[in-house]
This record gives sequence, structure tokens and C-alpha cells, in this order.
Amino acid sequence: MTEVPTIWLGYPRRDGRKGIRNLTLVVYTVECSRFVAEKVAANEPDTQVIGFHGCYDNPYAVRMLLSLATHPNVGAVLCIGLGCEYTQAEKIADNVRKSGRLAHHFLVQDLGGTRSSILHGKEWLAATREALLQIPRCEMSLADLVVGAECGGSDSTSGLAGNPVVGRCFDQLVDAGGTAIFEELVEMIGLKELMVSRGVHEQAREQLAAGYDKAEAYCRAVRQYSASPGNFAGGLTTIEEKSLGAFAKSGSQPIQGVIPSSTRLPHPGLWLLDTVPDEHFMQFGYTNPNDSEGITALVSCGCHVVLFITGRGSVIGSPIAPLIKVTGNADTYRRMSEDMDFDASGPLHGRGSLDGEGRRLVELLCRVAAGEPSKPEAFGHHEYLIPYKHQHASSRKDDGDPKC
Amino acid sequence: MASSETLSPAFRVHAADNMAVVLAEVPDGGGVELRGDGDVYTLNALTLIPNGHKIALCDLAPGEEVLRYGRCIGLATRLIRSGEWVHLHNCRSRLDERSGSLDAHTGAPTDTSYD
Repeated sequence: MTEVPTIWLGYPRRDGRKGIRNLTLVVYTVECSRFVAEKVAANEPDTQVIGFHGCYDNPYAVRMLLSLATHPNVGAVLCIGLGCEYTQAEKIADNVRKSGRLAHHFLVQDLGGTRSSILHGKEWLAATREALLQIPRCEMSLADLVVGAECGGSDSTSGLAGNPVVGRCFDQLVDAGGTAIFEELVEMIGLKELMVSRGVHEQAREQLAAGYDKAEAYCRAVRQYSASPGNFAGGLTTIEEKSLGAFAKSGSQPIQGVIPSSTRLPHPGLWLLDTVPDEHFMQFGYTNPNDSEGITALVSCGCHVVLFITGRGSVIGSPIAPLIKVTGNADTYRRMSEDMDFDASGPLHGRGSLDGEGRRLVELLCRVAAGEPSKPEAFGHHEYLIPYKHQHASSRKDDGDPKC
Repeated sequence: MASSETLSPAFRVHAADNMAVVLAEVPDGGGVELRGDGDVYTLNALTLIPNGHKIALCDLAPGEEVLRYGRCIGLATRLIRSGEWVHLHNCRSRLDERSGSLDAHTGAPTDTSYD
């Protein structure tokens, strides 16, 4: 067993946050410039691509692009537009520059097409790499870390081992002064009283009650609860049962509040991320269209790493913040060992305790934070989704500016 | 009680739970050994219990709360005998009406026409 680092070297950012990676992000502002963005980033080290596909802009999507482009793991941003879309590449690059990062933008229509755009983009990346290497390092510990949790492809082990182990990991992270964010309000249906009782103060309890009510109204309106045929076939009988299993990943610490996507957290502790669309003249839209959408929203709130709990198994990853895949199903871990980072099934089979497995998961978090690639990260997995969505920006008075 | 050679493990999360989750398929009449929180004992399955599904640990009257994590996950829709499989055919959500119409074995919807 290699020694677990409790202090490691990170990358200081001007806003006071620290990154565990020093990535260059290539951002496309419409589907039409996505191919060029991907070609620019191809074969470039420590370079990731994200973007928004729509031509008509959407305030939610713009907040997502800005918060991801100024994520602590990002050191430089190249924003590429086609030239006729609503979303403005120049404004995104300006915001990133104001945050103290290296930034550049161009429009494909201005540069004369595919080949010249790719060449121009690659030249900027090469020139930027030198500058990125000059960024000084700073010490980091669990107290600086923001960690997200999401589950997907759940089976009956998720609520027995996978999620409870992540909950114990979160308890220890928060005890160490760190920040934990869990999401999936639509998978907390039936648990209003339990959720509200976890609020740290009256304001948090009000936010939890309001978030719950919106999620339940959403499910009633669309007549769909967040449980799939595979969940029922796997042994889950009701949404209440699935909810209790999903909620186990929150651990037992008090909840500081409920935040919408792209919120920079005002202080450490345990938080609940609300990704459910707000009611709007176009109705709700869809919530949780897939696992990657929830993970992208967690990363938009500054998560350095996201824990993904999957009983049935999954092969997704995440750009910007490494994904760590946890399963409570020993067969899944064996069958998909090249994709699964952590086997949490021990306590079900009389090996180890939930607390002990939680500690082991904290150790893995530290190693990944210190630079060890997670399995999806080593593969180069980079799934993400920024959909059109109507959601109000954070109205918290004590929130930091999400743009820097 | 069940013979020790054929015992299959089942996990109870909370001592107050009146069901447990089996960690491998249990045949009709098969022996089950409880693990997890609360008393450890063995019982026999009255029906086949698929892997990952729930076995009742006591008789449940119609309308009685089914408890997991020490909390109500649904209501019995008929008498459930100790050792019986607990699922969509005998337990319903208090919120999600549609789930009661799903196929108990596959979870597939039965209310959507493909004709």
C-alpha cells in the first residue's frame, strides 16, 4: 500500500480557490464550432473540451460555461465560436481573463474555415503551455477540497453499500473542514420530513422544504418519478425505497443549504445541489436527462472530484474534474474492474465496516487529488451535458461571484 | 429451520425493518440467513426471491407499512406472509401510482400501447 498523502501540491487561483489539475479548456459556443474545438484539443496534453450546442443562448447555459471556464482545475481557456450564434465567445474569454487565467477566443468565420482555425487554435495552445508551467504550486489538504456525489445505474447494492460508504466518506471530509455536494432532488421524493430535519438552520430548512416541494410538483406534473424498469427489476419496489437509498450518500452531517447549478459555495460543509428546472412559460423541461448532466452541474459548483456510485456499472467519465466510480456490487467490480475505481461491497459480505470503507474512499480521494489519475480519467473519458434549462441563478446574499 | 448447507445471505439495514434484501437468488423454500443490523437468525423463503429483492421477515397485514432503513417505503396491498417475496405485486408507493402497474418480474410498463 502506498502512503496516502494528506498534504499535496495544488494550483492557486486568484479567487482564493486551489485546483488539483492545471487544465486548458477549449470551449465551443455552438454545435457548429464543436468539430473545430475537438480537433484543436486532439492529442494536446491536459486539454479538455466542453461547450453548448444551441444557437439561441440560454442564461442557465451561459452561467454553466462561465463557471466551468473559471473552475479551479482550469488554468487557461480557448473559446471558439462559429460567428453567427447568440452565445458570445469574446465575452466568455473576457470573463476568464478577469479571473486571472490565460484566455483567448476566435470565430471560425473570421479565420477562413476548418484548417486555418485548427492551426490557429493549436498555435495558441502551444504558446500557452509554457506559461501554464510557470504557475506556482501551493499546499492543499482535504479542507480545500470540494467533492460531489451522484448515482446512476443503481441496483439494490447502491442503497446497501455504495451510497452508505460515500455517506461515511462525506462525513469524514466535512469533519476535516472540506466541502461535500450531493444532488438528485427528484430521488428524494417521499423524504421531505427527513431532509428538512437535516437543515443546519431555519434558512437551510426553508430551502430544503422549497426544493423538495418543487421536485415533487415536477414529478406530479410530468407523471414520472425517477425510477426506471431496471431499478424495479433489480429489486426496488417504490420511489420511497429508492429515495432512501439515494439519500444515504449524503451521510449524516447537517445540510448548509440548497444551491442551483453554477453556484460558488460561500463556505465548507455539506450542501444539496438542485438541478431541477424552475417552472417557466415553457413548463419545466426535463430534469436529470442523464448521469453526465448531473455530474456537469456538480462540477459547475466547483467540485474538484465527483464520486459516482453505480451498482449496475457505467463507463462514463468527466472533463475538468476527475470522476471516481464506486460500486457496492462485487460482481460489477469484478466484471468491469478496468472502469471501476472502488469496491464498496465488503460490508455486505462480512468484510470491513461502512466507516472503514469510508476511510478507504477518503484515502483514494487524497491520492487522486494529489495527481493519481482515476480510471475514467486515465481512459480519457470526458462525457458532459449542458442542456437548455430554465433555472434561476443563485439569489444567496452570501454567495461568491460565480464568474471569478 | 433451514439447513446450514443451503443458507443464502440477506441484509437488513435497520433493526426495525420488517424485510431484508437477499444478496443472491433464493429458491422457493430455500433457507435465508440474516445479516446486518438487529437479531441474526434464519428463516425459509415461501416463494422464489430474485437476487437483490426483498423477503418479508414477519406477516404484514393489508395496509401495513413496509419498513426499510427504519422508515416506510410503501404499504402492503394484501396479506404478506413471513418469508414471502415483497415487491410490486403486494406493496405500493404512497406517491407513485404508476409503479403499481409495472410488471413485477421485469419492471416493464404494462400501460403503454405498442399496437
